[in-house]
Amino acid sequence: MSNQLVLKKGLDIPVKGAAAQKVVKTVKPGVVAVKPTDFKGFLPRLLVKEGDRVLAGSPVLADKQKPQILVTSPVSGTVKSIVRGDKRKLLAVLVDADASQEYVDFGTKVPADADQVKELLLKTGLWGALIQRPYGVQADPALRPKAIFISSFSTAPLAADTEFTLGDRFADIQAGVSALAKLTDGGVHFSVNKAVWNSSPFHKVENAIVHSVSGKHPAGNVGVQISHIAPIQKGETVWTMPVLFVAALGHVINTGKLDLTRKVAVTGPVAADPAYVVALPGTPVKEITDVPADARVIGGDVLTGENLGADGTLGFFQDQLTLLHEGTEREWFGWAKPFRPKVHSSSWCYFSWLTPKKKYDMDTNLHGGPRAFVETKCFEDVTPMDIFPIYLIKACLAGDIEKMEKFGIYEVLPEDLALCDYVDPSKNDIQAMIQQGIDLMIKEMA
Amino acid sequence: MAEEKKPGLFEKGGKLYWLHSTIDAFDTFLRVPGTVTAKGAHVRDGIDLKRVMIMVVIALVPAALFGMYNVGLQTSTTYGLDWNFWHMFWYGFLRMLPLFVVSYVVGLAIEFGSSQIRGEEVNEGYLVTGFLIPLIVPVDVPLWMLALAVAFSVIFVKEVFGGTGMNIWNPALVARAFLFFSYPSSMSGSSVWVSKTWVSALKGVDAVSAATPLGIAHDGAFDAATGAVGQYSFMDMFYGFIPGSTGETSVIAILLGAILLVWTGVASWKIMVSSVAGGLLVGWLGQLAGATALPCYYQIVMGGFLFGSVFMATDPVTAAQTETGKWIYGFLIGALAVVVRLWNPGYMEGMMLAILFMNTMAPLIDHCVVTAHINRRAKKVQTV
Repeated sequence: MSNQLVLKKGLDIPVKGAAAQKVVKTVKPGVVAVKPTDFKGFLPRLLVKEGDRVLAGSPVLADKQKPQILVTSPVSGTVKSIVRGDKRKLLAVLVDADASQEYVDFGTKVPADADQVKELLLKTGLWGALIQRPYGVQADPALRPKAIFISSFSTAPLAADTEFTLGDRFADIQAGVSALAKLTDGGVHFSVNKAVWNSSPFHKVENAIVHSVSGKHPAGNVGVQISHIAPIQKGETVWTMPVLFVAALGHVINTGKLDLTRKVAVTGPVAADPAYVVALPGTPVKEITDVPADARVIGGDVLTGENLGADGTLGFFQDQLTLLHEGTEREWFGWAKPFRPKVHSSSWCYFSWLTPKKKYDMDTNLHGGPRAFVETKCFEDVTPMDIFPIYLIKACLAGDIEKMEKFGIYEVLPEDLALCDYVDPSKNDIQAMIQQGIDLMIKEMA
Repeated sequence: MAEEKKPGLFEKGGKLYWLHSTIDAFDTFLRVPGTVTAKGAHVRDGIDLKRVMIMVVIALVPAALFGMYNVGLQTSTTYGLDWNFWHMFWYGFLRMLPLFVVSYVVGLAIEFGSSQIRGEEVNEGYLVTGFLIPLIVPVDVPLWMLALAVAFSVIFVKEVFGGTGMNIWNPALVARAFLFFSYPSSMSGSSVWVSKTWVSALKGVDAVSAATPLGIAHDGAFDAATGAVGQYSFMDMFYGFIPGSTGETSVIAILLGAILLVWTGVASWKIMVSSVAGGLLVGWLGQLAGATALPCYYQIVMGGFLFGSVFMATDPVTAAQTETGKWIYGFLIGALAVVVRLWNPGYMEGMMLAILFMNTMAPLIDHCVVTAHINRRAKKVQTV
């Protein structure tokens, strides 16, 4: 454990409904959706039409600006329909899966240099899983990043336990890491949760700089780790890849097949049986789990997840579903009651501190109305980075590029400040504000 | 086609929609809004500004209750009346009640009106301001003066800047400063701090002079042998059995409030600690330099020092925003307040102006802290 990172600030949100470590179901693919909206900065061009045959790994969409970036089908089958939204925006390509799956053969040759790794990533559609910082957009194939960061665990509320979901796929992860290491001169930084350092195989990974990380959420966020290990400065780029896709890349190298199957953690207070379900991205939520009436289905965790809707489909990046009750009930004198045992607060203005182990039946209620910023310290307490969150947020709101740069816009994505959303007594949407700043940076710096 | 739902009376499109800010305010006062998260984190903390503000009000309650008792006690002592505890408390309560009513009615009316004009939700900041103002003015202040001060402060210090969260100066202190400069005869001197209005009317006695310990000490009546300032011993000042504005006299009651504020994290302990440290340091230097015979810790228990440090300086909106800045801001408040007390020939209390001055300076302090932070970040990036 040479490289240790111990983070003191942060907050673990005690939501009820953690997934039990068992697989309760394997979803047989039916109609699977390929969603271009999963990839930030991706402008889709259709490569297939209705009725076309595709294999698992066949390209379905290409980027309009960088046509070498592809989105591939996770299943073999027939293109059933193409779903468009307002202004004919392409929302999804629905593929009707075959009974038995056929895969595109990408070959099992270990890529020898950066160009071959890039080619493999682009061909398989796994390029989409490479995220480029600053700004959290799709990686640019023309660049050579300063370093590549992989966080092997997530500290987000109820997140899938990677030791359970990927612990048996270490050979794939190792092959993926070795391949990615060819893309950068700065090396692959691979962070491992200190709590499972000995029990999980992840710390044995080679061709990488391994870091042991401990702390509350957002310690598992790759952005927080980057800002401590090698902060991004102006003009630099860093790539990150979720460990799930590192394993998928390794699987392609080891077997020649693209397999995006994953163990999805079905979690949350209203999930009937919180446990793992094996499914592909694009699988309808209702095939993965029963959705109670008037529940919000979130693809991902409660802080950063996407509201999928009961008829939605699992996103490309998502390995977790969180089911929450829509909190539209109104509580009499909620704010004035001395005790509110059902409501969690990280603030000591309530009595949640008396029951640190308790898990709460959280719902989506805002617990207040939007106000001007008043409290100042609560953001810093949940942001384990060398930034002043409130000043960065205000710079984003003001659209002041120079200030945003100085306050660290290059180091953050909205997910890194997601806890600010949670703790803010003024009920501001901090993540949206940060995204607004990032969008402005992309527009102005392009 | 589905039948269109008719908008409710106060909903958008309804007849009385223009009243929605007011209706919303009462509605959300009674029940937590049923709003659900639309973007960002899907779950939110139970805390909201109403809870934060009510915590400050609760923290003020010990000081207010003790203050009411002390109003009666001072009147009873000064005029030689034979009152028991309940007489004293009841008298203080009745004297204070109109002040609270006027403060809240005038302040909230303006607050509601301006929220209405802006079409925003009514902010709960005035819950605290309205409670603070009666505690820092003389009990006998004419109600019309109080109303005028409240109106001035809420309009020109808060609403013109955009309401709670946007103001530069602490509105409660500005209300006091307004009275202080506009009606000095009702606000300073040795006869305003003991309530006599009703007593002199009933018993036909003339107003009796009853200076605060701060005033007595200012005139040099400190007995180094007994440690007493005039007729008041140190412990009198510590417990709060002295003339002064209602909330400020009892160190114990203020400390109870301070414990709640620090415990809940609503107010910054850094500001409180550094302010007291600043006061002690300057008090000590003043004693060394011969400006006063008082030991430095007397500065903390006399006058409005502690009340200001705990409840006024820590106002999160007008204080420094950065953690380092809070240390500097608090220290300078304490130091300046005692500088004014010791080296100013006319006016014996410096806390109000020290806080208002540092409210003005807080953005500058933050600017320096933030610039240092930026420079340090730039250096760190270069060395990596």
